[in-house]
Amino acid sequence: MPDLLIELFSEEIPARMQSKAAEDLRARLTEALVEAGLTYAGAAAFSTPRRLALTVQGLTGQSPTTREERKGPRVDAPEQAIEGFLRGAGLSRDQLEIRDEKKGQVYFATITKPGRPAADIVAEELDKIIRNFPWPKSMRWGAGSLRWVRPLHSILCILTDEAGEVTVVDLDVDGIRAGNTTEGHRFMGAGRFAVTSFDDYRAKLRRAHVILEAEERAQHIWQEASNQAFASGLELVEDRGLLAEVAGLVEWPVVLMGRIDDAFLGLPPEVLQTSMKEHQKFFSVRNPKTGRIERFVTVANVETADQGATILAGNQKVLAARLSDAKFFWENDLRTVQAEGLEGMGAGLAHVTFHNKLGSQAERIARIAALARDIAPLVGADADLAEQAAKVAKADLQSAMVGEFPELQGLMGRYYAQAAGLDPAVAAACQEHYSPLGPGDAVPSAPVSVAVALADKIDTLTGFWAIDEKPTGSKDPYALRRAALGVIRLALGNGVRVPLAGSIDAQLLRQKINLYGHKAEKGEIDTLEEVLDEVAQHGVFGAAFHAVLDRLQSNGQPKDQWAGTLVAQVGATLPEFSADLLAFLHDRLKVHLRDEGLRHDVIDACLAMPGNDDLTLLVHRARALGDFLKTDDGENLLQGFKRANNILTQAEEKDGVEYSYGADVKFAETDEERALFAALEAAEPAIASALKAEDFARAMAAMAALRAPIDAFFTAVQVNAESPVIRRNRLNLLSSIRHICLQAADLTRIEG
Amino acid sequence: MSDRTEKPRSFQEIILRLQAYWAAKGCAMMQPYDMEVGAGTFHPATTLRSLGSKPWAAAYVQPSRRPTDGRYGENPNRLQHYYQYQVLIKPSPPDMQDLYLGSLRAIGIDMALHDIRFVEDDWESPTLGAWGLGWEVWCDGMEVSQFTYFQQVGGHDCAPVSGELTYGLERLAMYVLGIDHVMDMPFNDPAAPIALTYGDVFRQTEEEYSRWNFDVANTDVLLRHFEEAEAECQAILAQEAVDPKTGKRIIMAHPAYDQCIKASHLFNLLDARGVISVTERQAYIGRVRALAKQCADAFVQTEAGGQAA
Repeated sequence: MPDLLIELFSEEIPARMQSKAAEDLRARLTEALVEAGLTYAGAAAFSTPRRLALTVQGLTGQSPTTREERKGPRVDAPEQAIEGFLRGAGLSRDQLEIRDEKKGQVYFATITKPGRPAADIVAEELDKIIRNFPWPKSMRWGAGSLRWVRPLHSILCILTDEAGEVTVVDLDVDGIRAGNTTEGHRFMGAGRFAVTSFDDYRAKLRRAHVILEAEERAQHIWQEASNQAFASGLELVEDRGLLAEVAGLVEWPVVLMGRIDDAFLGLPPEVLQTSMKEHQKFFSVRNPKTGRIERFVTVANVETADQGATILAGNQKVLAARLSDAKFFWENDLRTVQAEGLEGMGAGLAHVTFHNKLGSQAERIARIAALARDIAPLVGADADLAEQAAKVAKADLQSAMVGEFPELQGLMGRYYAQAAGLDPAVAAACQEHYSPLGPGDAVPSAPVSVAVALADKIDTLTGFWAIDEKPTGSKDPYALRRAALGVIRLALGNGVRVPLAGSIDAQLLRQKINLYGHKAEKGEIDTLEEVLDEVAQHGVFGAAFHAVLDRLQSNGQPKDQWAGTLVAQVGATLPEFSADLLAFLHDRLKVHLRDEGLRHDVIDACLAMPGNDDLTLLVHRARALGDFLKTDDGENLLQGFKRANNILTQAEEKDGVEYSYGADVKFAETDEERALFAALEAAEPAIASALKAEDFARAMAAMAALRAPIDAFFTAVQVNAESPVIRRNRLNLLSSIRHICLQAADLTRIEG
Repeated sequence: MSDRTEKPRSFQEIILRLQAYWAAKGCAMMQPYDMEVGAGTFHPATTLRSLGSKPWAAAYVQPSRRPTDGRYGENPNRLQHYYQYQVLIKPSPPDMQDLYLGSLRAIGIDMALHDIRFVEDDWESPTLGAWGLGWEVWCDGMEVSQFTYFQQVGGHDCAPVSGELTYGLERLAMYVLGIDHVMDMPFNDPAAPIALTYGDVFRQTEEEYSRWNFDVANTDVLLRHFEEAEAECQAILAQEAVDPKTGKRIIMAHPAYDQCIKASHLFNLLDARGVISVTERQAYIGRVRALAKQCADAFVQTEAGGQAA
């Protein structure tokens, strides 16, 4: 039972790809070996910046011999058929066997496939795996056509039997011949060396200053860095991502801790951390008493005669240059804020284009501020603060610091807002209004932040809707799906009640004025501004639009004067854009709720109800309905409703009338019928009051009380009675059931 | 190299040592291209010569201009005009990394004392329609070079693949010489009768160009020149391959590419003047890329581009 050792030695593999590559090598090769008929006892894979390694222990030396019996044609079959059979089996006629079967004599072939040595199988499979390796990005080099993550230099591939005898697997991949040698550390190794087994390989690598296991390198780094920090009374700031990355940048980690010059300690800790991590891959070392970042840890790949003094000095110098930049930016920015305020810092945004059709950042900010003001009262925020926050929230985009470190946008806004002495809620909104950025990002809860965050996202959505740049298929260059999910999570996460239709209408109107205003007459813009003022009052655009036009007409400006103007065009198209955007939000909401286990038909049933632009209300209703339908009462009531609805619909179609006149109990013939009348009468006010209070669970519980009477009614009563009066009355009774049930949700949309 | 343990003493000595090193390794010592470019990669000795099947090995200094990086000569390491050292070898030799490390030794970086690292950095030039895989090379945490295996240039697959090295000369030299502010760096030998610092040579021009780049350059003129360069590039490439005067097949890939370089630099100037919006930026870059691609298409039709004469 030999052991297999493979090493693929290359130029430096990106740290982020190493561990998956090692795992891919293990999984693919072991699967291929098993597929080829070999078995093995265990396997493990390793990676360093320059190598992927795999050990497979207890591999069978040979795949088993297999025998396969094939039935052929009859002996008296045409010659061609027999020849064909022989070709397929790879045998000659004298190797066939003749057996007597019911239908006569038939040829049989026995095909024996001899087992193959493991070395041959490994060579064949490894060749394929190397040529088809799933690197996220691969490349060619020199004049060859082989692809690898970086140039592949050597392949070590040996089988070691129990006696310690080594066989080099006979393999040549595009001129790279497999051997039994490798090399150690780029600078501390001493040339190539031969290995005889995995243990030998690992031990010799270590002597050549390579720690094969990434986990061991990471542990060493963490331990050593923590110890050094601790010895100075400091603590290492945990960063697992950085630790894994750094462990993939070195074969022989040498941990060095350095000082951050006092001149930089006044910088915000995030600035220090970001600068050190992003640019230098340094760990931050914190003073637990002050919370300040006072030192850094860098991990070198080499031991030097001066114990890393030169390396540390160099790193410190690079850091000082980076932080000098940062400090310069920070101080300049603070001066700007103190002299001109945060709005002053953002003044330049008037000259920064947000999108060539949608205008400048300043125009966008003005729109967001107007909407934030509208939304503020709905989310419990002070309207003045929300407007102020929206006006300054993007000012830091003009700061030097964000220019250098874009990832600090928002956070710097918060610092600068604080420096400008703005309200803490405004400062918080500067940072939080970008959130939630992704599914994992937290949703802000401070009211001012929520107002600005919603306004920001709704402005983005309406803007791109207004210029017809909606996401299509996999294309979503402006991250509009993310913006929509942001709106959804902001509303649901805070349970705030924002009728989005009004906000969308208002913002679409602002977008249209911004887009086409410069081409329109002043009177047209004034009219649209007037409509904008009234949107909040009327809730939606349509009502506001007609109200304004009616008023103007009564003041002597006939409606037909608007024909062909921007006013008419906006009036005709805006509701459609608005409905389309709301539908997009609803689609995203369905995707979002699907993860929560809410059925799409349940959501559809609730989407059909009025107020569906209030996502909190919508989800509240959907959850109640979802829960209700999971109960026995719910399921049965649904069946009862469907039955009533079917009978009613059919009758209405047949008779060409709508039965909604109101049933009269005096025409009731049976107890069950009367009981249903009574139950409906009792349930109606209970349901109405529950719905008024938006207590959907209570409304549905009240509806559940109808289940038994409905069931009993259908069991006892024939709806299509002979007497037309009785029949009409019963159909009208069914209509009451339908009416009551449809108050909570559109149950016709529920499947099953 | 005999003098490799001795530290260089000036900016120019580092350049001279790199020249000597790469000359000894067999590269053709090219001279800087005589046009304004943003990086050494734009030199036709890299951009065009990385295309096609013919072997190539060249090294050169390229003065490079990045108008937005101007800091009036005040920033310790930011300049609107600086030097890159560029090496291009096609096909990339198997010992390219070792050759590179040898060049660091040649300029006095002792591998026994310093920490040299190859950190993933995939290179992409949206304006050239080019990309490659490689690293930024760190010396004690500082990026001293860019190392790239070209995969595509001007939209063409590179076959064979070129290995490209780019050294940011000022930054590298400052590190080797232990200088904190670029303007303080000795340009020639500090013991020379007339010792000059980098500041003596370039401080004034940094100031002058910073002012011009940021505030004075006439954007209408720049914009017009951009359009003209674009039109001229396309007009050149639209010519028949056979020259009616000489009757020879002369595809004018290089003159066309000059216009592409011009357009690229004019775009950089417009960008520094702050008149290009984020979205317009993409459109301009796309226009330059389209030119670069057409030039590459033309070059591979020429003899130097591997086409049989």
